[in-house]
Parts: sequence; C-alpha cells; structure tokens
Amino acid sequence: MAPSMVRKTMTFGEGGLAFVFVATALLSIVAAAKAHDAPFAFHAFLAAAASVAAVFLIFRSYFSRPAELPAQEIDGKPNYDDGATKFATIAAVFWGVAGFTVGLYIALELAYPWLNFDQAWLNFGRLRPLHTSAVIFAFGGNALIASSFWVVQRTCRTRIAGRLAPWFVVLGYNFFIVIAGTGYLLGVTQSKEYAEPEWYADLWLTIVWVVYLLVYLGTIIKRKEPHIYVANWFYLAFIVTIAVLHLGNNPAIPVSFFGSKSYIVWSGVQDAMFQWWYGHNAVGFFLTAGFLGIMYYFVPKRAERPVYSYRLSIVHFWALIFLYIWAGPHHLHYTSLPDWTQTLGMTFSIMLWMPSWGGMINGLMTLSGAWDKLRTDPVLRMLVVSVAFYGMSTFEGPMMSIKAVNSLSHYTDWTIGHVHSGALGWVGFISFGTVYCMVPWLWQKRQLYSLKLVNWHFWIATIGIVLYVSAMWVSGILQGLMWRAYTSLGFLEYSFIETVEAMHPFYAIRALGGFLFVIGSLIMAYNVWMTIRSGEPAALPARPAMQPAE
Amino acid sequence: MSLMAKHAVIEKNSIILLIGILLVIAIGGLVEIAPLFYLKSTIEKVEGMRPYTPLELAGRTIYVREGCYVCHSQQVRPLRDEIERYGHYSLAAESMYDHPFQWGSKRTGPDLSRVGGKYSDQWHVAHLKDPRSVVPQSVMPGYAFLARTPLDPSVLPAHMTTLREVGVPYGDEEIANAVADLKAQANPDDAGVADLQTRYPKSIARDYDGNPAELTEMDALVAYLQMLGTLVDFKLYDDKANLR
Amino acid sequence: MAHEDIDAVTGTPTTGHEWDGIKELNNPLPRWWLWTFYACVVWSVAYWVVYPAWPMISNFTGGVIGYSSRASLETDLAALHQLRGAKAAALADASLEEIEKDPNLLAFARAQGRAAFGDNCAPCHGSGATGSTGYPNLNDDDWLWGGSLAAIHQTIQHGARSGDPEARENTMLAFGKDGTLNHTQIVQVASYVRSLSGLPVEQGVDVAAGKQIFAENCTVCHGEDAKGNQELGAPNLTDRIWLYGGDMATLVETITNGRGGVMPAWTGRLDPVTIKSLAVYVHTLGGGK
Ligand code: HEC
Ligand code: HEC
Ligand code: HEC
Ligand code: HEM
Ligand code: HEM
Ligand SMILES: [Ca+2]
Ligand SMILES: [Ca+2]
Ligand SMILES: [Cu+2]
Repeated sequence: MAPSMVRKTMTFGEGGLAFVFVATALLSIVAAAKAHDAPFAFHAFLAAAASVAAVFLIFRSYFSRPAELPAQEIDGKPNYDDGATKFATIAAVFWGVAGFTVGLYIALELAYPWLNFDQAWLNFGRLRPLHTSAVIFAFGGNALIASSFWVVQRTCRTRIAGRLAPWFVVLGYNFFIVIAGTGYLLGVTQSKEYAEPEWYADLWLTIVWVVYLLVYLGTIIKRKEPHIYVANWFYLAFIVTIAVLHLGNNPAIPVSFFGSKSYIVWSGVQDAMFQWWYGHNAVGFFLTAGFLGIMYYFVPKRAERPVYSYRLSIVHFWALIFLYIWAGPHHLHYTSLPDWTQTLGMTFSIMLWMPSWGGMINGLMTLSGAWDKLRTDPVLRMLVVSVAFYGMSTFEGPMMSIKAVNSLSHYTDWTIGHVHSGALGWVGFISFGTVYCMVPWLWQKRQLYSLKLVNWHFWIATIGIVLYVSAMWVSGILQGLMWRAYTSLGFLEYSFIETVEAMHPFYAIRALGGFLFVIGSLIMAYNVWMTIRSGEPAALPARPAMQPAE
Repeated sequence: MSLMAKHAVIEKNSIILLIGILLVIAIGGLVEIAPLFYLKSTIEKVEGMRPYTPLELAGRTIYVREGCYVCHSQQVRPLRDEIERYGHYSLAAESMYDHPFQWGSKRTGPDLSRVGGKYSDQWHVAHLKDPRSVVPQSVMPGYAFLARTPLDPSVLPAHMTTLREVGVPYGDEEIANAVADLKAQANPDDAGVADLQTRYPKSIARDYDGNPAELTEMDALVAYLQMLGTLVDFKLYDDKANLR
Repeated sequence: MAHEDIDAVTGTPTTGHEWDGIKELNNPLPRWWLWTFYACVVWSVAYWVVYPAWPMISNFTGGVIGYSSRASLETDLAALHQLRGAKAAALADASLEEIEKDPNLLAFARAQGRAAFGDNCAPCHGSGATGSTGYPNLNDDDWLWGGSLAAIHQTIQHGARSGDPEARENTMLAFGKDGTLNHTQIVQVASYVRSLSGLPVEQGVDVAAGKQIFAENCTVCHGEDAKGNQELGAPNLTDRIWLYGGDMATLVETITNGRGGVMPAWTGRLDPVTIKSLAVYVHTLGGGK
C-alpha cells in the first residue's frame, strides 16, 4: 500500500483489548495459583497462556499493519475481510474429523466394551459428551460462524463490522471448545446434555457470543442492500436465541470461584423443563435455523438458481421460530413433568412439521430447472441430499413427538437413529458442501483440488449414514418392543440384559457406518489441504486485496 | 402483495427484526416454564424426602462426573412394563433436591431411580470395578479407579452451603457436621452414626466399599446408589391425589 | 418495487431483489403445504380440548375426558390383570405345595418367576441361575440354606445378612484376621479341606494337623463330616462345589478373612405373589428338595 501520511497510532480497540487480555492473564495466574482442583488449575493456566498469546497477536498485527486502517471499500467495491472465516473453516474440518473419530470410538466401546480400558478419561461416560460437543459445537459451530461471516458480508455488500472482533469471536469460541473438551476428559461437567461445560466456560461463551451478535448485527446495520436477505434472518434468529437459551439453562453458583464445580440453580422438574427447552431448541436454532441460513445462501448460489418462494421464506421463518420454542417437552413425555406441558410439547411439535418442511421445499425447489447439475456437481449433490435428510428427520421428529410413539422410542436407539439422520445427513452434508464451496473462494483458487474425491466422499459417507441410521432404527424399535413385550401369560418376556445382548450386532454395524463416515471426512480434509496448497489460483481479475490473515 | 409490503418493514430494519425474533421466541418458553414454578400440582405431596447426606452427595458428584446419566435414566414412566421392571413411577417430588436433575434420555443400561437396596454393596463394588465379572453380557465401562481414589470430605461443607443458596434446606447444623457425618456414614462403628441418622432419617452407615482402611470414592458412589428411590414412603403416598 | 424481472427458466417473476447474485422467485405458498399446516393446527386445537393442555392462574385446563397419564396406567394394569386371568387369583391363594401340584398353576408361577428372575436375580445369580463366584448356583442340589420350598421361600423373602430382622444370619468367621489361627495352621486346614473332596494337596503340608484344627474350629458349623449344616448356612465342603473357590489361595483367603455374602431381602420390593412364584421357579430349576 502507498505510504500514508497518517501517523500510526493504536486504535482504541487494539489498546483496550490488549489491556483486557493483560488483566485476564494476571487474573488467570492468580486463579491457577489458588485453584481448588487440578482441572481448574489446568484451565486457568490455559487461559493465562491464551491471554498472553492474544496480547502478542494484537501487538504483532499492530506492528505489521499499515498506519491506515483497512478501507471499507476499494474502487467502490466492498473490501471483504475473510481472515477469521478462513480460520473457522479449517477449524470446522479439523473438529469434524476429531468429533467423528470420537463418535466412532464410543460406538466401538458399546460394541466392544473392553475398549474402555478401565481408564477414567477413556470411558464412555466421559467421551460421549466430548463427541456430542465436538460435532455440534466445534464442527457445526465453526461451520456456522465461518459461513455466517462469509454470507453476511456478501449479502449485505459490506465489510464485516470490527477488525479484531471477528477474530475475537472465532478464536474465543475455539478456546471455549478446548476448555469444554479437555474438561470432559478430566471429569468437569454439569451433566446438562449439550450444555455440559462448567460455569467458567459458560461465562466465557456468553462474552464471545455477545460479541458475535454485535459483529453480526453491526454488519447488517451498515449493509449496502436495502433488504436483509433471508439467510440473515435465520442466522440472526440462531445467534439471538442461542444466547437466550444459554442464559436460561446454565445459571449456576460455583462452589468456589477457584474451583470447577458448580450447582445449577434450577432443580428437579423445573430443571428438566429448562434443560429440554434448551436442548430441543439447540436443535431448533443451532442445528436447524443456523443451518437453514447456510442453505439459503449456498444452495441457490451453487445451483445458480433463484430461491423458490419468497413468501414461503417469510411464512416458514416466523412459524418455525415461534413453534420450535414450544416443542421441548417432547423430550419429557410420560415423565414427572405434568401432563399439560407434555400436551403442549406434542401438539406444537406436530404443528412444527410443515414450517420445517417449508425450508426443505424452498431448498429442493430451488433446483427446479437445474436438476441436471446434480449429475455433474457432487458438491451440489451433497447440499441437496442434506436438504432431503433434513426433510426426513423433520418428519420423523414430529412422529416421535406423538406420545404413543414416544412411549416406545424414548430411551432407545431410535432416538440415536433420528439424531444421526439429522446430524450426519443434514448437518454433516450441508457443512461439507459449504466447506467445498468456500475453500476455493476463500483461498482464491479456480476450483477444488479434485471433484472426483468429493464424489468419493459423497458415496462413502452416504453408505455410512445408511448403515448407521438403519442399524439404529432396527435396534431402537427392537429394544423398545423387547422392553414392553409380554408373554401370552401376561409376564415380561425379556430381562433388561437380554435386550442389551440383542443390541450387539447393531452396535457393530453402526460402528462400521461411522467408520465409513470418518473415512469420508478424511478424504475431505485431504482435498481441502491440497486445494489450499496447490490449487490453481483463480483467474478472475483479483478481488479487492484481502487482508493478510492477522 | 400485502404480506410482502408489510414484511418489508421488518426486512429493512435490523433492530425491528431482532426485537421481532425476541418476542416470538419468548412466548413459548414463558407459557411452559413459569407455571411450573407457581402451580401447586407440579410437585406432589410426599413423606420422607430429605436432602442427601454428605456421603451420598459426594457420591452423586461422582455419578455426575463420570457421566453415568448418559446410559442410565432415573425416571420410571407410568407405563406398565416400566413399573413392573423398576417399581413405582417416578414423582417430581423425588428429584426436587436434584441440582441438576438426573432423569437421563437414554437407557443403554437399566433405570437406576429405584436401585437402592436392590443389590448388596459387594455386588456394586464388584460390578463397578468390572461389570463383566458379574454380568458377562454387560457393556458398561469398568470404574476400578474409584476404589483406588481417596475421597476428600473437607470440600463437603462448601458444597452444601452452595446447595443451600440454591434452595436445598440444609441447616447450619448439617453444614457444621458435614465432615463428621460423612465419616460416620462410611463406618458403622463410628460414634456419630446416631447423630447422622437423626439429621438424615433412613440414612444407613456401612463400610460401602468393603475396605475399612480407606475412605474412597467407591464408598461414596455406592452409598448414593444404595439410597436411590428409598426415601419416599409409598405406603403413605396417595396416587389418586396426585394425578396431573 | 418493479416486478418486471422474470426468471427465464420457469417463467416465474422474481421479487426484484438480488443479493450477491441470488434472486427470489415470487411463487405462492404450495397449497398442499398450507392445507397440511392448517390440518395440523386444527388437530392440535382439538387435542387441547380433549386433553390437559393450557396452564392457568391456579390450575390448568384438564380436557373434556379427564385424561391423566398416571390414571391411564391403572387402566393398563387392569388389562394386564385381565390377561393373567383367574390363574393370578388362584396363585395368590394357593400354598407353595399346592402350586407345584397343579401343572397349570405351576407353569403359570414359573412364567412369573422366570420374568422376575431375569431383572432382579440374574445380575447376581447369572442369566441361567448358574451363579458365579460368591453367588450360589441355583440349578444344582447343593444348598446353603436348604432346598425345600419353604427354605427357598424364606431365603428370598428375607435374604441372607441383608439387614432384614428375619434374614439368614451366621457368617464364616475370619480365623486369620481375628488371630485364632496362624498362617501355617490356615494352610494346614485349607489343605485338609481340599483333601475332603479328593483334591491334591501340596507336598510337605501336615494334613493331619489340619484335620485336628478342623475338628476344633470348624465342625460347629460345617459338621463332623464337613458335609455342612443348612440350619447355619454352612456349606458342604466335601462335594467340590465351591461358592468362592477350592484352590489354595481362595481357601486361605476364605479362612483368613471370613465370608458372608449378602442376599437382599425381597419383601417390600417385590409383591408376595411374585416372591412365591420365584420360590417355585427356583425350586423347580433342577435342584429342589
Ligand atoms: C456404556 C453405558 C454405561 C455407562 C456409562 C454406565 N453403565 Fe451402568 N449399566 C450399563 C448396562 C448395559 C447395564 C446392565 C448390565 C449390567 O448389569 O452390567 C448397567 C447396569 C448398572 C447397574 C445395575 C442396575 C440394575 O438394576 O441391574 C448399576 C447400579 C449401574 N449400572 C451403575 C452405573 C454407574 C454408577 C455408572 C457410572 C459410574 C454407570 N453405571 C455407567 C451401562 C452403563
Ligand atoms: C446382590 C446379589 C443377589 C441378588 C440380586 C439375589 N441374590 Fe440370591 N443370593 C445371593 C447370595 C450372595 C447368596 C448366598 C447367601 C449365602 O452365602 O449364604 C444368595 C442365595 C440365594 C438362595 C439360597 C441358595 C442356597 O443355596 O441356599 C436363593 C434361593 C436365592 N439366593 C434366590 C434368589 C432370588 C430368587 C433372587 C431374586 C429375587 C435373588 N436370589 C437375588 C445374592 C443375591
Ligand atoms: C460360625 C460358623 C462357621 C464356622 C465356625 C466355620 N465356618 Fe466355614 N462357612 C460358614 C458359612 C456360613 C459359610 C458360607 C459363607 C457364605 O455363604 O458367604 C462358610 C463357608 C466356608 C467356605 C467356603 C466354601 C466355598 O464353597 O467357597 C470354606 C472353605 C469354609 N467355610 C471353611 C471353614 C473352615 C476351614 C473352618 C474352620 C477353620 C470354618 N469354615 C469354620 C460358617 C462357618
Ligand atoms: C462418524 C460419525 C459418528 C458416529 C460413529 C457417532 C456415534 C455416536 C454414538 C455411538 C453416540 C452415542 C449413542 C448412545 O449413547 O447410544 C452418539 C451420540 C450422539 N451423536 Fe454421534 N456419531 C457420529 C457423528 C455425529 C455427528 C456428525 C453429529 C452432529 C452433528 C452427532 C451428534 C450426536 C448427538 C447429538 C448424540 C447424542 C444423542 C442423544 O443423546 O440422544 N454425531 N454418536
Ligand atoms: C420438526 C422437527 C423435529 C422434531 C419435532 C423432533 C422431535 C424429536 C423427538 C420427539 C426426539 C426424541 C426425544 C426423546 O424421546 O428423548 C428428538 C430427539 C432428538 N432430535 Fe429431533 N426432532 C426434529 C428435528 C431434528 C433435527 C433436524 C435434528 C438434527 C439435526 C434433531 C436432533 C435431535 C437430537 C440431537 C435429539 C436427541 C436429544 C437427546 O435426547 O439427547 N431433531 N427429536
Ligand atoms: Ca453449562
Ligand atoms: Ca440424550
Ligand atoms: Cu426435540
């Protein structure tokens, strides 16, 4: 850049943030010294190290940047900032492979329990939350943050709000993941499903999330487009609602400010209701609304077709977010939650069916006029198949919400099958498709290293999903039927342990399916790596110069 | 198109969009959650519920830490096969001191809400150390390390103070005697057993892990398992009065 | 906004906006979609009328049929009762011996016993009631506390060393730990016990001394002939059927530290009829006396 006349000074943001991190570093060192338990001390040390690293990064970026701050626009074109997006994209791939591998491992543990090796940190009870958090929050979360940063800039035609803030969000979020994940291995957990991290991780996530909201909203506010694009409605609903849910489900009082253990303020039946209000809407807003945001950008973009129906977007958006919130009690059917609450949970789940399918219709019908592309473009095929899986699990979900069905499916592998048709098929495939789209764009390559490898990924993973999901449907229904089976004389036919034995073959098949899914994700990682390393540079007249990764 | 024209207002103003989203998502949660705090029918009237003894509480902390809830529910549904297999269906009252609740969502192993008294301490210890030594078909992990890990009673008063802050009715006496009560419950010959049992009716003092030389995490976990479901007096409980 | 923009492929107008190259078609809501949605809403409203649904100030709407999942459990249990039929009542009234004499009732009781055994007893006694270390095999005719119907019934009702006031008590004493016997003596008596069932004994051990020790310390419970005493739950030591094991190390451990396995009491947890059926089931497994 041309030498500038402006004197180089630290911005308020740079100075302030550096100061805050110096303070956190000191605080963390004190916390580490006074810690009551080893995991807390370890986490305090990690926090201290991360704070020091943050100060270092802030200064390095200060010294290496020109005196003038990056322009909002260059030659009338928005000067997009994709540094943090690149990081989050790579993080998504990394956590994806890691989370699927842990999933494979716990699947094997259920089939071959000696794999627990009598080790505390390797046992199923600690690894399972590691798996769920790694795939949902680490893999899914990074895919959401990366894609949302990309999408909001393009659809608002403006550079992302903040210069350090997007980096703070991405790095802060991944730091949260490291704290949460290492915590599980060390036995630090609140035992609230999908909200297991302890109070200090929860607090940190709150800060990161508020900054995320501000960055996102700030970008929308300074947009150059008169209308806010539908993808952004969904992303915004996802960000705001997750904040509300997180605050509602996690309030806790730590036993000591220098220890990891805390007690949730809610108890018993109210806590159960808070938990599944949260848990169901983590599905609704993290795994659904957020990923619908992805869908509304990447499907039309890749298919090069307009979105099918604007009116459907409006109606299904508002109906979806209104109705989703009510459906939580379908996780508590026949429990000691009062009947009236269960009725509301069930009926709202049924009403949720069509609003959910609104997204599927808009996604699939966007292909009209471009179906032939599915034959040639495996990336588009992945995106479209993910929408089909979305349709399947949002049909299955309402069905499982019916009390009579749930009395059979609840507590069984059927739930696990439902989860993974949504998780592998919808969340997994749409994220893979997004990564395949974004990597060449982000690193300015003409195309992916190999579409053939994408095709391999697609088929191997699809077979994996089919094996996984069908094994769990069979085992789940079998399990449910065996538990309630009566002999002709009117006595229970099977003991519990007989049902455990009957699951073994299905657990082995599921593990095989998971293995294929892991292989697929490794193929993706290789493809992404090779694209970045050696892909042909894009021949386009260079986009406005990107900021170097800070 | 009128819908589109009206919606354009929201679409053009991010703050209106944001507030709209917040309003729309607030309703369902409020209607479903708030009444659970004020409707009297939510938690049944029962006899016998008491807070956990210090040793049971320590055991519960280990139960949470090891993630037993990922495989075991603590919630028997009012379905005939479940009550035949596990006993009386669970009441909301039975988890009213549980911060957080441990109902679970998956039964890879059987429900544990009424496992108290069902097996012997020796069985639990053998089973937790190596499940397949007693139940060859089991897929449960082994927890032999619990029997090797000493239990630190000194943290209990702080735990109980915190629980009191969130509403568990521990008195000053319970908190002051937490360490003594914990040790008494793990040693049937301890002089403090009688005091323990006045403070916590139906609590049982035993050397739970079969190793009198040491107070281990195994003592605490087995003590917790052995009290599950034993508190509410179902002879005095009126099913008909608590339909809801 | 101008509505001039028409999508060439489908001939549908777009809304006229464009974001990063993405447009939106102005298609109407699919009819089937809308009507299915309405149908779900109507169904839900109807459901709210019939079932408990909406919270109020001091109560909730109960629904017109007065449904409660806890109340419908009663209906299901009644249906189960119906299914079990008259035999269930007959079973409740019959004595243990009467049950065994009536083949119909016996089959019925065994079915009930088998079901209860799987979830309550198998974790200790094994799926086939074959037992494991410390947990007796219930198929053979070797009984600790007696294999008669009454004895089995008693054991199941009150357990052994279970804390129940009527439980089977008495334990194998810890002769080593309490200082009655030293290690050499324990090895001698253990070798003698092995010799009782014809198992080989290590060279150089004074088995005769063991016999003497046995006579002085053990016969009170295990009997002169070491054939055990079911009054006292003392096992027969001559039949090569071991509860804990007959190898030297285990025998030394047994005699040094004593034994006293706990069998829980089932009265209170299982109803009396189920316990009766269990007694019959166990008695007819093969070893009943
Ligand atoms: C991988 C899943 C898994 C985990 C994790 C697990 N269990 Fe289990 N558990 C089982 C299975 C399967 C059974 C049934 C077979 C058996 O008895 O071992 C069982 C049985 C039990 C039983 C006997 C219940 C009965 O009524 O027969 C108890 C008690 C128990 N587990 C306690 C625990 C505790 C405490 C933990 C945590 C420290 C735990 N389990 C962790 C799978 C698990
Ligand atoms: C906690 C483990 C445990 C459970 C569960 C258990 N038992 Fe036992 N049972 C034992 C032990 C230990 C003994 C041996 C007692 C002794 O050593 O004196 C025993 C002894 C017995 C005996 C006497 C055997 C003899 O040789 O005299 C019978 C009969 C019996 N059990 C039946 C049952 C039935 C029926 C059930 C289920 C309702 C059951 N048990 C559940 C541990 C258990
Ligand atoms: C007070 C009564 C009593 C005395 C005295 C006694 N026993 Fe026992 N013994 C028992 C009982 C009761 C059991 C069964 C323990 C159980 O069921 O857990 C037993 C079990 C045993 C066993 C285990 C058998 C097996 O199948 O594993 C051996 C071996 C044994 N006794 C040997 C001896 C010897 C040797 C002596 C004397 C040195 C002795 N006992 C003295 C009551 C006694
Ligand atoms: C290689 C791929 C995967 C394998 C082998 C795998 C395996 C497993 C296993 C074995 C469990 C425990 C089931 C049980 O307790 O019985 C589980 C739970 C779960 N997994 Fe996966 N998983 C995979 C991928 C994913 C992905 C991609 C996601 C989400 C995006 C996901 C989300 C979940 C969730 C939410 C649960 C908890 C379900 C519940 O509690 O009901 N998994 N997985
Ligand atoms: C209309 C949409 C949906 C409805 C009504 C619905 C309904 C349900 C029901 C009834 C259960 C079982 C609860 C139980 O018995 O414990 C469940 C579990 C689950 N669903 Fe869905 N589902 C929907 C869509 C989805 C989608 C798209 C995903 C994933 C991407 C998903 C992820 C999950 C997960 C993770 C669980 C397991 C929760 C747990 O117990 O840990 N659901 N859902
Ligand atoms: Ca948390
Ligand atoms: Ca779950
Ligand atoms: Cu749900």
